[in-house]
Amino acid sequence: MTRPSNPGAAYIAGAFEHPTRLATGLSIAQLHAEVARGALEDAGLGIADVDAFYTADAPGLGPIAIVEHLGIKPQIVDSTDVGGSSYLLHVNHATQAIAAGKCSVALITLAGRPRAEGKITVASRFAGPDVGFESPYRSSVVGMYAMAAARHMHEFGTTGEQLAWIKVAASVHAQHNPLALLRNVVTVEEVVNSPMVADPLHRLDCCVITDGGGALVVVSPEIARSLARPKVRVRGAGEFVKHIRGGYPDITSSGAVVSGAQALAEAGVTPKDIKCACIYDSFTISVLIALEDLGFCEKGKGGQFVSEGNLISGVGRLPFNTDGGGLCNNHPSNRGGMTKVIETVRQLRGEAHPRVQVPNCDIALAHGTGGWIASRHCSATLVLERE
Amino acid sequence: MAETIQTDVPPPNVDLDNEQFWAAANRRQLRIGQCTKCQKAFFYPRHFCPFCLSADVDWALASGKAQIYSYTVMRRVDNPYVLAYVQLDEGPAMMTNIVECDFESLRVGQIVEAVYATSKNGSLVPMFRPIDGH
Repeated sequence: MTRPSNPGAAYIAGAFEHPTRLATGLSIAQLHAEVARGALEDAGLGIADVDAFYTADAPGLGPIAIVEHLGIKPQIVDSTDVGGSSYLLHVNHATQAIAAGKCSVALITLAGRPRAEGKITVASRFAGPDVGFESPYRSSVVGMYAMAAARHMHEFGTTGEQLAWIKVAASVHAQHNPLALLRNVVTVEEVVNSPMVADPLHRLDCCVITDGGGALVVVSPEIARSLARPKVRVRGAGEFVKHIRGGYPDITSSGAVVSGAQALAEAGVTPKDIKCACIYDSFTISVLIALEDLGFCEKGKGGQFVSEGNLISGVGRLPFNTDGGGLCNNHPSNRGGMTKVIETVRQLRGEAHPRVQVPNCDIALAHGTGGWIASRHCSATLVLERE
Repeated sequence: MAETIQTDVPPPNVDLDNEQFWAAANRRQLRIGQCTKCQKAFFYPRHFCPFCLSADVDWALASGKAQIYSYTVMRRVDNPYVLAYVQLDEGPAMMTNIVECDFESLRVGQIVEAVYATSKNGSLVPMFRPIDGH
């Protein structure tokens, strides 16, 4: 590994995952406040220290209402919403703003309660010019990921059993997480025998639906030095929007081809240097495609890579989603990017559960896929380092 | 080709971006984008070319012949249906439903042709069905 000559380093000083998985009596605004407080307390900072605020999903006009609700006086705000990868994107943007001297303490929050409310998405929020040509065909999130899986199977011979290994690995980790929604260890057979939702994806290929949220605090080097917490540096970051290019889809790969290469190059590392990866797992196929696109294995070989047990901590070469991920632990507000960064930070601090903690975890990767992998989505990748 | 079938699909949301497409569909025509400047065909059609941004584009008539690029059977609804991308003979792919088919015999690469489904408000929606023997 070569040391990067990045003068504008930023550090993740605070990370907090809300413990709830069903927020019947909590409002979304209240959840934002609770995760903000949690992450700031984790960092050893207060709300008055915050001078930049990032959110994708807050109620109100962009970030404005929640900024008032929390009592923040931000000089930088960003409510870019690219779905579940938004929070990795926000870390990238906050790092740039800190490097440019525009702010020194950036707060990023996510909160939602789809489980309590019994609904998944507000479709009208996402109605771009594409939707007018597609809505009669009753597209859906799982349908779009299922089509990517079907095409991956067609092109590369990937099997349902191979995809199932991803859920198996997540469940092996989730058994050690007392807050995980699903703590039972499952087998490949249980995954492929669970009810078919959208061919070839079974129920156990799909993530959980949970309430709650999480928050991150990204700070300048000066602030990081003043705090008592282990220093987790944002060493590389990348983002990329991929779409179907005027009707020429290539749905077996994702924007991770670009976002991952950007993040790794900026960090000056290769996939071999990554000790642990937290990868967006809305569905098993989301992980398989990301593993290939990020360079952990060749394109088309993801099925073999995961079925060799490579994702299981203590067994394979790339422990992934050691909290149980979205497949077993938590997928708050149908947006899994935040929890990927939080578990990556835990690993780098050595604060993951002892049964899943990766020894000497000094460089780790977090990756998000927001939107619909078979049509329009935004990939975002972070390479984080313990200093 | 160009028969009409009854379905329970929702009607299209017609707006300034797509009204030419849906008006053509009601005449049992499938329209795609065709750039006069860079010659590329594209879908969805729009008022400019997504490859060169030229406004010199046609809403060209497609043959309705296509092959399945990928598909899934949406199982967790009262009436399961097939969501698919089909690649049109003219080049671009479009999202659609595959109808009048045996779910278990569908495959990527299968040859399909356009049919027109009547949506809930009576407007027509292009869909595709397998051609016998393919």
